[in-house]
Amino acid sequence: MNEPLHRRLGLTDDELESISSTIGRDPNPTELAMYAAMWSEHCSYKSSKVHLRNLPTDGPRVLVGPGQDAGAIDVGDGVAVVFKMESHSHPSAVEPYQGAATGVGGIVRDIISMGARPIALLDPLRFGPLTDERNRWLFDGVVAGIGGYGNCIGVPTVGGEVHFGAPHSANPTINVMCLGIAPADRLVTAAKAPPAGSLLVLFGASTGRDGIGGVSVLASRTLEDDAAESRPSVQIGDPFAGKLLIEASMEMVERGLLEGLQDLGGAGLTCAASETATRAGLGAEVDLDTVPLRQDDLEPFEILTSESQERMLAVVVPERMDDVIEVCTRWGLGAAVIGRLLDEGGTLDVRHRGAEVARVPARSLADGAPVYSRPMSVPLERDDLLADDPTFTTMTTPVGDALLRMLSAPNVASKRWVWEQYDSIVQGGTVLGPGGDAALVRIEGTLKALALATDGKGRYGALDPYLGAAHAVAESARNVACTGATPLAITNCLNFGNPERPEVMWQFAESIRGIADACRAIETPVTGGNVSFYNESGDSAIWPTAVIGMVGLIHDYRLAVRHAFGDGTLVYVMGETFPELGGSEFAESVLGVVAGRPPALDLERERSLHSLLVDSARRDLIRSAHDCGDGGLAIALAESAMAGSTGFAVSIPGDLPSHVALFAESASRAVVTVDPARASELEDLAADLRVPFARIGETGGPRMVFDQIADVTVDEATATYEDAIPKLMSGERVLREAG
Amino acid sequence: MTARAPRVGVVTFPGSLDDRDAVRAVRAMGGEAVPLWHGERDLGGADAVILPGGFSYGDYLRTGAIARFAPVMEELRAFADAGRPVVGICNGFQILCEASLLPGALIRNAGRRFVCRWVDVRVETSLSPLTAGLVAGEVLRVPVKHGEGQFVARGDELDRMEGDGLVVFRYCDPDGALGAEHNPNGSAAAIAGVRNEAGNVVGLMPHPEHAIDPDLGPTGGQPMFAALLQSALEPVASGIR
Repeated sequence: MNEPLHRRLGLTDDELESISSTIGRDPNPTELAMYAAMWSEHCSYKSSKVHLRNLPTDGPRVLVGPGQDAGAIDVGDGVAVVFKMESHSHPSAVEPYQGAATGVGGIVRDIISMGARPIALLDPLRFGPLTDERNRWLFDGVVAGIGGYGNCIGVPTVGGEVHFGAPHSANPTINVMCLGIAPADRLVTAAKAPPAGSLLVLFGASTGRDGIGGVSVLASRTLEDDAAESRPSVQIGDPFAGKLLIEASMEMVERGLLEGLQDLGGAGLTCAASETATRAGLGAEVDLDTVPLRQDDLEPFEILTSESQERMLAVVVPERMDDVIEVCTRWGLGAAVIGRLLDEGGTLDVRHRGAEVARVPARSLADGAPVYSRPMSVPLERDDLLADDPTFTTMTTPVGDALLRMLSAPNVASKRWVWEQYDSIVQGGTVLGPGGDAALVRIEGTLKALALATDGKGRYGALDPYLGAAHAVAESARNVACTGATPLAITNCLNFGNPERPEVMWQFAESIRGIADACRAIETPVTGGNVSFYNESGDSAIWPTAVIGMVGLIHDYRLAVRHAFGDGTLVYVMGETFPELGGSEFAESVLGVVAGRPPALDLERERSLHSLLVDSARRDLIRSAHDCGDGGLAIALAESAMAGSTGFAVSIPGDLPSHVALFAESASRAVVTVDPARASELEDLAADLRVPFARIGETGGPRMVFDQIADVTVDEATATYEDAIPKLMSGERVLREAG
Repeated sequence: MTARAPRVGVVTFPGSLDDRDAVRAVRAMGGEAVPLWHGERDLGGADAVILPGGFSYGDYLRTGAIARFAPVMEELRAFADAGRPVVGICNGFQILCEASLLPGALIRNAGRRFVCRWVDVRVETSLSPLTAGLVAGEVLRVPVKHGEGQFVARGDELDRMEGDGLVVFRYCDPDGALGAEHNPNGSAAAIAGVRNEAGNVVGLMPHPEHAIDPDLGPTGGQPMFAALLQSALEPVASGIR
């Protein structure tokens, strides 16, 4: 190991030079460790920044946009909704239970640090196929870890998604979204500038040697074969302390005791102290001897970069200090004054055992990382993949068999095995929990509810990253609209391979373009998010996956629309079906190919459909609504039938081959049911809004009948759909052989 | 009967999660909720007390094992000994078992995993603060959410409990029939809730406080909370003992 220290810490020679010129001398090892953490890809967004600037971030409801711990929007009645999504993929690949658990803890602290009480969690997850034992271990551990933390802190996990794909075998994609609410006038934001002399108070858990190098070692490099040796870089979660941290923080915020609040996550104390000082426009001094430690032999760089969990940094004026100590004591949390904000030129001055161990401009840590415009190139195999479109493949499997096979495909099959391990009802606000199009969580004391959905379209992204990302926005908005809620804003987690590879950088830029276009058209600004690069091992990168977390609002949750069929209604398909099997679930799970051109997306049509869904709900016009997503029309119909234990008889109009008509994933469609007496009202509304529609049949009976194509009982479908993942997890094979 | 609203105390331990939900349920059903703090030896003049769900002290040692030493528990024991109604929900049930205020114990679910789902439970006796006025055989739909809800007891203790009618709720199907597929955690004899000999202390794993509001789902918790409010106002040692 003759590599110089800065390279071992993940800094380039140019970056070292930049640091030296900033501070006017060579950095000492402690300072180098601080810069390495703060200038890591994970903390600095140095490869993604130039592209992220293209996202639309403004809107009349936006209270806090990107750049703070979480974004916030105004939902009326003086209520602010704070939300953010983040990845914890790298730690979860190494240690699935703790990796996922600490991911939950971290995102929850991001919400707390805005002064908001967390009220919902969602977990979008992606793994390799469950036929592989290691993937089952990862899946089992991640789900248990999410439950283990989320269930113990009393924040309901109300939704998310689970997908499986071979490229996620080495690198599972673990994202977690949290949403909280606060009185809009009480948000803790950077707009509130604390005075010089304010104390920096570290409260919560003590600091240990865990998670050293979490951001630079784990999250900003690819995982190699020796990943297991990275385990000491994974942090350990203590959800009980996390719960106490929520309650103590909320009490301090409610009593107005704080000038600022920040969580300690990636890059630990270095990040919290430098960002706090930078936002205040001040300098800061920190005395490491006052930091409560788990063992007293920690080096200064370890104290400064430790990612020990369940810690927060509060900014407190001296007169409020007694109150802060009182709150922490009552909740059984340690608290220590570790420094203060100083009016001295923005310098972060760190002392340890009487000596100065670091003295650098705070802003150079927080905002000074280089910004890279990395080279981009279109992947060579792209044209071949797009040309190899499965839409016109001859179908040999009977459609009824294909339908059952689709229902047992892990991407489509019931995720009950997952969400039954999550407490989805604590706090008493869950109007609609997991398993529907979107979750609905009401705002206590009002009739309003927030609609929440996450979507990522990795398979589309692999074929066309622009379309993949745009579809993720459209589908998440459609899911929200299906419940009757108006889509308002998004957060996102952008999961990609190594940005130093031009193909990956091109995928990233294309995805940003897709999100930007879709968010502009649907008028859902981006309030924040997270970029997760380096999700690759050897030459295997994950599918480029932009995961969107959509937040919508319904004004009266009693008018919310479910996806379950009831008896005696008429079935409509809203929107139009095209010959589009490229990148579809059918192509992958029945034909065995991931190829072709993903469905086209007309964002004007998409918006019209949302208007139709929202208007219909407001008028209490429809009995059910369900998005046509993975698996197309056939799966949407089957899911609504199974959810309501009510069959249907439909005949599919048009002249597409039956498997194309049933399984194409054309965008901007929903299955809607209506009482016969109000059918003409629905048709008139659709015509007014220029949404193409077709009445295809009616609901009732125990069978799912596709006229002259397929006939399956709801019971058989349900058994297939519900048993698939439990059987895979017990090691049994469930996939039927293709005809 | 007096006209005043019954006062129901809800204890918050560090790590309690469903305390706010229990308070909301008491209020929705017409009672007066009295928030209580684990560190104080004071039950605030409550007529009945609920130990709510959650993970008190993280449940790192054994569920309920630390909470039973909380200062409030001394008062609670005296309150229970005096015949006043005490209800333990989920973690509260675990605490009451650890405190030997209820028979048996709760261990890890037979399926090894945390389970959150709606279940049906059958009322086995009307002799408890949650079932007073209900008819044995009645089926109520309520949710469970726990990782350690498998009720166990020694064979002779189980026989004694059955003989003395200490089983208050059993997991069942919507028609009241028992079966392994309706038992979410592998509990002995499908036991979902039990009472003490005197009939004033009851614990259950399901969460009736989450089954009150029809906008959120089934309302099997309503009759249980109605019974609790009724019991709270009854004079000590009426009928049950």
